[in-house]
Formats: sequence, structure tokens, C-alpha cells
Amino acid sequence: MEIGYYPGCSLEGTAKEFDKSLKEVLKVLDVNLKEIEDWSCCGASSAHSAGNTLAVALPARNLKLADDQGLKEIVAPCAACFNRLVTAKHELKFDESMRIKVEKLLEEKTSFNADIYNILQLFQKIGMEKIKENVKINLKNLKVACYYGCLLVRPNDIIQFDDTENPLSMEEIVMASGAQPVNWNFKTECCGASLSIVHTGIVEKLSKQIMDNAILHKADIIAVACPMCHSNLDMRQLNIKKDYPGHKEIPVVYISELVGLALGIDPAKLGLNSHFIDPMKVLNSAITEEAAI
Amino acid sequence: MKIGVFVCYCGENIGRTVDCAAVAKELSAYPGVAHAEAYKYMCSDPGQNLIKQAIKEKNLDAVVVGSCSPHMHEKTFRKACASAGVNPYMVEIANLREHCSWIHDDIPSATAKAIDLVRIAVEKVKYNEPLQTIQVPVTKRALVIGGGIAGIQSALDIANAGFPVVLVEKEPSIGGHMSQLSETFPTLDCSQCILTPRMVEVYQHSNITLLTYSEVEKVEGFIGNFKVTVRKKARSVKDEVCTGCGLCVQNCPIKKKAQSEFDESLTTRPAIYVPFPQAVPNIPVIDRSVCTYYKTGKCQMCKKVCGREAIDFDQQDTFLTFDIGAIIAATGYKLYKIDKKPEGHIYKGYGEYGYGELKDVIDGLQFERIASASGPTSGEILRPSDKKEPKKVVFVQCVGSRDESKGFSYCSKICCMYTAKHAMLYKHKVHDGEAYVFYMDIRSNGKGYDEFVRRAIEEDGVKYIRGRVSKIYEENGKYIVKGEDTIAGVRMEIDADMVVLATAMIPQPENSKVAQLLGIPYDKHGFMQEVHPKLRPVETSTGGIFLAGACHSPRDIPESVSMASAAAAKAMVLFGSDILEREPVVAKVEASTCAGCFYCQKVCAYSAIERKEIRDRQGNLIKVVAYVNAGLCQGCGTCNATCPSKSVELIGFRDEQIFAEIQSLSGF
Repeated sequence: MEIGYYPGCSLEGTAKEFDKSLKEVLKVLDVNLKEIEDWSCCGASSAHSAGNTLAVALPARNLKLADDQGLKEIVAPCAACFNRLVTAKHELKFDESMRIKVEKLLEEKTSFNADIYNILQLFQKIGMEKIKENVKINLKNLKVACYYGCLLVRPNDIIQFDDTENPLSMEEIVMASGAQPVNWNFKTECCGASLSIVHTGIVEKLSKQIMDNAILHKADIIAVACPMCHSNLDMRQLNIKKDYPGHKEIPVVYISELVGLALGIDPAKLGLNSHFIDPMKVLNSAITEEAAI
Repeated sequence: MKIGVFVCYCGENIGRTVDCAAVAKELSAYPGVAHAEAYKYMCSDPGQNLIKQAIKEKNLDAVVVGSCSPHMHEKTFRKACASAGVNPYMVEIANLREHCSWIHDDIPSATAKAIDLVRIAVEKVKYNEPLQTIQVPVTKRALVIGGGIAGIQSALDIANAGFPVVLVEKEPSIGGHMSQLSETFPTLDCSQCILTPRMVEVYQHSNITLLTYSEVEKVEGFIGNFKVTVRKKARSVKDEVCTGCGLCVQNCPIKKKAQSEFDESLTTRPAIYVPFPQAVPNIPVIDRSVCTYYKTGKCQMCKKVCGREAIDFDQQDTFLTFDIGAIIAATGYKLYKIDKKPEGHIYKGYGEYGYGELKDVIDGLQFERIASASGPTSGEILRPSDKKEPKKVVFVQCVGSRDESKGFSYCSKICCMYTAKHAMLYKHKVHDGEAYVFYMDIRSNGKGYDEFVRRAIEEDGVKYIRGRVSKIYEENGKYIVKGEDTIAGVRMEIDADMVVLATAMIPQPENSKVAQLLGIPYDKHGFMQEVHPKLRPVETSTGGIFLAGACHSPRDIPESVSMASAAAAKAMVLFGSDILEREPVVAKVEASTCAGCFYCQKVCAYSAIERKEIRDRQGNLIKVVAYVNAGLCQGCGTCNATCPSKSVELIGFRDEQIFAEIQSLSGF
């Protein structure tokens, strides 16, 4: 299986381990990633407050590149990139005047036809069976809180994937990897997103509530699929520990890292050594009893 | 023939885009037109007088009115002409409003089109002939579908006026949702106390044939002359011998397999059951889907204990037919459930409120049962999960209602009031409890209604919070209700013991099926449609079929009762005369040319074509021809179009009339 790859800026920066782990995992699962050549910014968060045309034109350029490079399907692991790409595609399809404007800006007509997947959809496409077949490490003692955040399964009207209020697709992947998902209440609560920069206090408060709920429901670890969620939960925990004395820390990893671990990939190759809250202690204690299957 | 042409401005409706005076002037010179004039409101009294005066002065024998749609005022103008001595069927309407002024904006071309429209009508009326209305007998018996408070009221009104009524209810007992309620707003009188006497009255009324556990199967015929088939579902209990002693119910070994419909699944019921102690009739039903005998062939406990030998395991559905003159649909409502809905369903569930899986997050009818003296807790407010008294209860209004994203555009209308009542009842029973109500706005427009809500807030101390609830989830036996107080501008989080959702009222799922049986329209939600929202609110577009209660739209008890009485009055208007006058626009077969192929019979949707034998004087059969039963014919014209030998004509729309219209346009 070959699939186009739109990494976006985060996966080359703060979320390098998301990129690394995804590539490692897909190697094992026989998926060939073909990065879109000359890809550019998706415009996330800032472009759509600056102007609607810009917000559509930026992702449209990448969709056009995908068309030009013969990529029928692309995966955008970052939830914000994914959201912008599918929204832009939808608008180009249903808003004739927007399409004309954007085509003018791109100086070329194209179909913008590529299918865009988030990482959960990609794993679903690969199939749970395929993951199960390749599991090498037993993670059955690991309790995982799957955290989706706000963008991953939205906008539902457009992507028609999973349930926005009680999504379960990440839980399926966790189960296929052999770990135990927990039932908890904050899987789609807001982490504060980009307020991280301007109102860090709000993000700390919201992120703490999310983590507290995961701990309350006996999770050992939180799995995410969004670089923004990850930095707000993982990186901000250092401050949270300062501002909320007694805060119980909980490691936060990307779902691809978790799958990679189950597939027996070296934790360092997955980037598991590059988190602020070290997940290895929890992971090691969960897998010590029966290391290999 | 002397034809009068009258052009109406309809205030500005036509006059704004059509030069009405120019139309009248143009037509005054048209062949056959003896008089033409325009007037601001032709339907008004002075307008009608203009027509009558012109008829008398100019001795007119036909009239063309250029005005609004014939649906609106054809009757008005026909009546005016009839009173001046012109046969009403010598009147034609040219629709200058819906077909011209409302849909165009260029004055010269709209005026030209208006002239054409009036010309067409003039050419047609030249071939019109005076017609007389058809008179059909009226069967003075009403059918009421649905035995809730609306159906009960309609049935009693008609029966008390001396006409027989057939009341059909699909459940084993009449009473509907009102029988489940605890106390009713705004007077807090006990629902069952005011309802059960009426149920008994229905049962004992000599003019009412009560058919419970029955459904309407087929409806044929037309206004005044319906033939209705009712399926009486097999109760497995002989209703003519059962005394309602209840021994069978007490001895049924199946106690827990079936959810009680009456208690809204808060309790279970046996396989053989009476929905509630005051049920009318007090005759049990066996629920064959859970009964052991129907599954394994063993048990028969009910049969063994019955002293009257009333249990009949082999009972079959039976069919009864009735001649009916008028039908009242009163099929009622149900409450929307917030469960996950299957794909493509127009309603979406509430994942944010737990998809109905949180045990102590209940709906309004469930709270009614909990608050009711006849309910599972004998009226004590105890939450379903652990039967403990909840000390903090949150009531959430507009769950579904007024939320397009959940599939509802409408307001369910009764929830503001019943939520105030629920909160009040809770405070009356749990003195140290706290009650919160989340609302969007309070709609309490009824007599004594706003005072009632104020009483809940001011006297009973219910805390009203304006804002929506974003999420409800369970944490350590508490239900965390996250919402917003939009007046204070703060986020709210309440750790409640129980949550009551005022979920939207939706029509019974069978509503659209019943509407199809009756041949009446319904909206996208399944609510049945009236003819005119203001002036004909209980009538449907099918003559002789009327609506009562929540099958039409969300409504409370007083409104349902008034609507039911209105529908009953409409039915009785029909029963007021022995003969019903019908439009003479029906098909007619020319026997001399009819070849007896009966294609017309095959295409007729109303079974109006009959066979007629033509015999000579000696009584020898010459041929069999088609014959139209004018009582059944609806004048649709299908037979007319089908007849290979052109032997069928539609009176009022004969070929020569239609051709004259077309010719006037083509200029040949």
C-alpha cells in the first residue's frame, strides 16, 4: 500500500516523535509513505482568522500538489492539518465562487480530488487484523486513556467518521495493539489549544482537568493523535506540577508510538525518549511480566 | 352569450405588477364580453355587489373573474353569481396572482400575460354549461383513531350529541399519555383523577363502540361514505367472558422479562398484563413475545387459574368493517429518546448526555411515573439506579427541540410548563433538595401559566439558569452537569444526583402510516398537516377527515381537548344534514360509443367505475358499458385520458373546453 504524506510543520518540529514513530510503524505494516514534494503550510489556526480565501487557498495548494504528483490518498497526522485539508476540499467542492477564486490564485485548474485521512482512518484502512498479526510485545497490563481533543473527528458532517461526542476508533487501535483502553469522560474536552501561548494559565487548568479525569479512571498513560494536544498535556505538565502542588503526573504519548511499542520497535526509534514526562517507567512496568509473546 | 369580466387588484398583490385597468379595457373589446371592469378588492362585499349588479344590468350569462387562485375564492364568486341568478358553474377564475403577479416583476409583460390568462378563461366559459351539485347520503357514524385524551374528548362529544362513534386504540387500554402523568399544570390536580371518569364514561357510553388493542387496517370511500376495516389484534383473552379479576396476572411466572410500557421501563410487567390498575377495559393481554407458552408450549398457568375459561391461546386477529361518515385522527405523540440513532435517521442522539445510558438521566415521562402515586415508588422521589432520594436534581429544557443539528426545528411547547411542574413537585416532596432548571427562554403562554412558573421560582425556590448544558457524565455516583449561565456569564458545573431531560415531543412512529391510510399529508417530522394553519386548523385536505391533539403538533392537555372538541364539531356539522352536496365535476361515459373495454375501470383510483348492462325492450342484453358512480368519482380525469374511443368526458373540463383554451392562445 502506498499513500501520500502531508507531515505539516509540527511533525518536523515539536512533534518529531509523531513523524518518527509513524514512519517506523508503517514500515512494519507494509505501507509506503510518499511525502508530497514541496508541500507548504496548511494555514492552521491563523489563516482562517485572517481570511476565508487564504484559509482555503493554502491547503488547496497542497491538494493541487497531491493531484500533480498522482497521489490519490494522503494522510495528515496532525489533527489541525487534517481538519484544514478536509474543510478546504469540501469548500472547493461545494462553493463554486470559492473554487474559481482559488483556481485563479493557483493559476491552474485541478480536481482537488485526493482523499484525506487522519491517522485513525489510516489505521482503520490498514486494518486491525494487520496490527494484531504483527504485535510482538504484550501490553495487556497497560491502561490507556484515548484522548481525541476537538479536531480529530471533526467536522463530522464532512468526514462522516466516528462519533464526535463519544468516539471509539482510537480505542479499537489500542485494543488491536493489545493494551486496555479505559472508559473515561474527558476524551473530547478542550485542552485550550493555542491559548497555550497567550493564556498559559487557562491551558494548564484545562489540561489538568483532562489528566485528572484520566487518572481518576485508572489510566496509566494518555494516547493522543494531535501535536497541539500533546504539547499542552505533556510539556505543560512541568508548569502544572508547579502551579498545582500534588499534581499526579501521567505520561502522554502518540498513538503511533504505542502501536510501535506493541509491534516491538525500539522505543528510542519511536521517540519515546523525547517526552517531558518520561513514559518508559510506566511502559516498562506494564511489559516486564511477559515481555514477548 | 354575454360574458362579464371582473379584474381584481387584490390590494397591491396583483395591482403592483399587473395593470388591471388595462386588462379590463383590453377584454371589454373581446368577442363575447359584454362587460369588463377592475376593482380593488373583488372578493369584498362591494366587489361582489359590482358583479351582481352587472349581471342584472347587462343580463350576463357567464362570468370570468381575474383574481387569486380558485382555491381561495372560487366558491365566493360562484356564490355571488348564483345569488344573482347565474349558474355557479358558469363562473371561471383566471389566476392572476399566484400564476402571474407574484412570480413576475416586469409590468408590461405581466400585464400581457394577465390578458392572455383572462382570454383563456373567457374562451372556456363560452363552452361551459349550467351544472347542478351531486347529492350523496351521509353515514352518521364517526371513527376516532387514538384513545388518548384527545380521542376520548372527540368520541364523547360526538356520542353525547347522539351519533354513534367507533373508537380505535392500539394499546390494550385507552387513556394515552395523560394516564401516566402525576399532577397537571397549572392547577396541580391529579391527572388520573380527572381522566379516569372520562375513560369509564367512554366504556359505558351506549353510542361508543370501543375497540382497544386494535388498529385501523384499511380506509376506502370518501367523505360521508367511508368504509373502514379495523384489525382487532388477538388478546389471547376472551373479552366477552373475562371479568378482570386479575388472577392470571398475579400468577404469571414471567415477572421480569418485559419492560412496563406504562412505567416507561422503570419497572417490569408479567407476560399477561393489564397496563395499569385503572385500565379501560380492565381486560388483560398476553404479550406473546415473552410468554413461555408461546415459546415452549408449556406453562399455561394463567389458563389454569382462570375461573372463567377466558384464556384462549389460539385466538386470531379478527377484522371488523364499519360504514363511517367522518374520521378524526388523534394518534398522539411520544417522547424522543436520546439514544444513538441508526445511520440516516433524521434524529440524532445526544452523546454529550450519555446516549441514554446513564441510569439516573431520565426523561419527562419517567419523572412523571416517579412522581406519581401510582408509580414504581408510590410517588416518593427516588432515583432509578439505587432508589435513593436525590438531593440535587437538574432539569434540562429543549433537549432536541429547537435544535436543527439534532433533527428538530420546532419547539415542543409543553416542556417549559412541565419542567416548572416537575421542579415544583420535587421541591414539595424533598424539602431540603435543590432543583436547577437550564432553559433557553421560558415560553409560558397560557392562562395561569406564567404565574405558575413564577411560583416555582419565587415560592418554591427552583433555581433557573439561562443557558445550555454542554455535557453530562457520571463520576462516582454523581452526574456532573456542565453548562453555562449566560446571564452571569459564567460556566456552571453541578454535581447532581439525578437529571431530567425535557426531550422533544415527536409523533407516534405509526403516524405517517395512518396518514397514508387516510390519504392526508404529513410534515417531515411525521406530524399530520391541517388545510389552513389559521382558518381551518382541524381539517385536512381530504374531506371528512379531521385532526385532534398532538398528532398534529406538540400541544398540552387543554389545547388537545379544545382541538378534539373542534374536530368533533366539524364531524357533527357533516352529520347535521342527511345529504351532502358534492361538486358536479365528475366523469361521464357516453354509452352509445363505449366499447366496454373497461380500461377506465383499471385506472380508476377511487373504484368509481361500474359495469352497466344495456338491454333492448325485450330484455335482451345488447352490451355491457362502463358507468361512473358520481358519489365516488373525484373528477381526476384519468379515465378520460385513458379511454381509447374517447367515450369518457369530464364534466366541466370537456375536450371542447380545453381545446378552446388552447386555441385562444395559439390564435388558430
